[in-house]
Amino acid sequence: MSWIPAPVSRFFHRTSSPPHFYALADRFIPWLTVIFLLLLGAGLYGGLYLAPTDYQQGDSYRIIYIHVPAAWMSLFIYVMMAVMGGIALIWRMKLAEVMLISSAPIGAGFTFVALVTGSLWGKPMWGTWWVWDARLTSELILLFLYLGVISLYGAIEEKRAAARAVSILALVGVVNIPIIHYSVQWWNTLHQGPTVSKMDKPSIHVSMLVPLLLMAVAFKFYYLIAVLQAAKLELLKRETSSQWVKALLEKQA
Amino acid sequence: MSWESFLYMGGYALYVWPAYGVTALVLLGNLFWPVWQRRQLLRQLTIKQKRSQVR
Amino acid sequence: MPIIQAFWAIIRRDLLLAFRRRAEMANPLFFFVLVVTLFPLAVGAQPNLLRAMAPGVIWVSALLAALLSLDSLFRSDFDDGSLEQMLLSPHALSVLVLGKIIAHWLVTGLPLLLVAPLLAVFLGLPEQAMGTLWLTLILATPLLSLIGAIGVALTVGLRRGGMLLSLLVLPLYVPVLIFASGAVDRAASGLPVDAQLNILTAMLLSALVLVPLPTAAALKMSVN
Repeated sequence: MSWIPAPVSRFFHRTSSPPHFYALADRFIPWLTVIFLLLLGAGLYGGLYLAPTDYQQGDSYRIIYIHVPAAWMSLFIYVMMAVMGGIALIWRMKLAEVMLISSAPIGAGFTFVALVTGSLWGKPMWGTWWVWDARLTSELILLFLYLGVISLYGAIEEKRAAARAVSILALVGVVNIPIIHYSVQWWNTLHQGPTVSKMDKPSIHVSMLVPLLLMAVAFKFYYLIAVLQAAKLELLKRETSSQWVKALLEKQA
Repeated sequence: MSWESFLYMGGYALYVWPAYGVTALVLLGNLFWPVWQRRQLLRQLTIKQKRSQVR
Repeated sequence: MPIIQAFWAIIRRDLLLAFRRRAEMANPLFFFVLVVTLFPLAVGAQPNLLRAMAPGVIWVSALLAALLSLDSLFRSDFDDGSLEQMLLSPHALSVLVLGKIIAHWLVTGLPLLLVAPLLAVFLGLPEQAMGTLWLTLILATPLLSLIGAIGVALTVGLRRGGMLLSLLVLPLYVPVLIFASGAVDRAASGLPVDAQLNILTAMLLSALVLVPLPTAAALKMSVN
């Protein structure tokens, strides 16, 4: 692509070569882990201990420190997957394919966490484990989108073809997510149940907000670590017979 | 605040702690499953390589 | 051959092929009626309950009928190699694909309009909602064929893609289901439905433009 400056494209080319990326991931993971643990510790301390009890919801609101960041991550990772899919389709970049498919289980995990914690939060609020609330419902559909990506990749045996298929699906999904989101919201206002959603709190006190943001950033770092680990595995799986894997094995032996 | 009252979570311990527990399980699983898989794969590959060198 | 001609030729060919297998054409229709019949049997025949559920029941059944008919969209062309011919042809694959989707809708989606009044009577849907039901069927069944085409194109190369296809396609059908059944629901209670119909129209128009691209890309992936 001529419209990208040469140094930038050279940098991407070098970083995206599997052995280089593998080594780079190894070098970054310890640092990322340290940052993640610090943010996680601060977020949990602030959220579970420092932040005052909510006058309406009591201490049950402390679930938001994982529910809301997990819900954000579930969307963020899907968008990342679509970006990777676009890169994989346009530039045929192997690394983007690997990152895309490595992200899927992590995103599905966060979506699952958002659903379970939402349900655990809803039980004392609504009195039932499940309410067809707009956020929970779109999160459930998002989980199906993730499962579709994972199953499609598993079903196609030729992995380059599978990666192309998954890239297309991720792009189609990301176009649909806002439509699904708004349609579900409209549907929810139409069939408003006896309970009003308490999950959307427009105003939130600073001592509650800071831990929330800390947790959100901590989850971003977790994603980086987890996706690098998964990508390392996926790269090894794909390139078992290549020269750099042999060199790696010799170095380890 | 004592440990007991912290763990008690104002009566919501039954909801708060399982939520954090599930989150920890899922996140740890997603993190260590690929690490474990990679170790297995590397071990297999090393065995394979040794065999081919012997021959 | 100019592209427009190729487009019409595809539609004509697919319609011709479909008319040769008339018996198969009726299957989605029977399925549609059958699924709707199951609901009163399952939940009981209270007229009030059925009337309240009618828009949802009709639309879920239409969704399932569309889903089941999707497989025939590219299957035979994939098996006999004509899909490869289409890939090799000088015309843009996305235009040819659009022709195939339209032909498929004419055969499987349009007939649903014929039995819709029957089902509305079965479920006791008010007469004032009939026009809206037809309109939503006209606007939304092509959407089902279009969105489904992406899923079929992704899975046509797989031996057992059926379950996977529903996993891929049904979540994407959610907005169509919400707006279509919502419109019928509102019409049944005498409320205006312009907003829903406008949204469905907007979705249909954008799908007509956007869907052929990923479908063509997915077919290229599946054939190679």
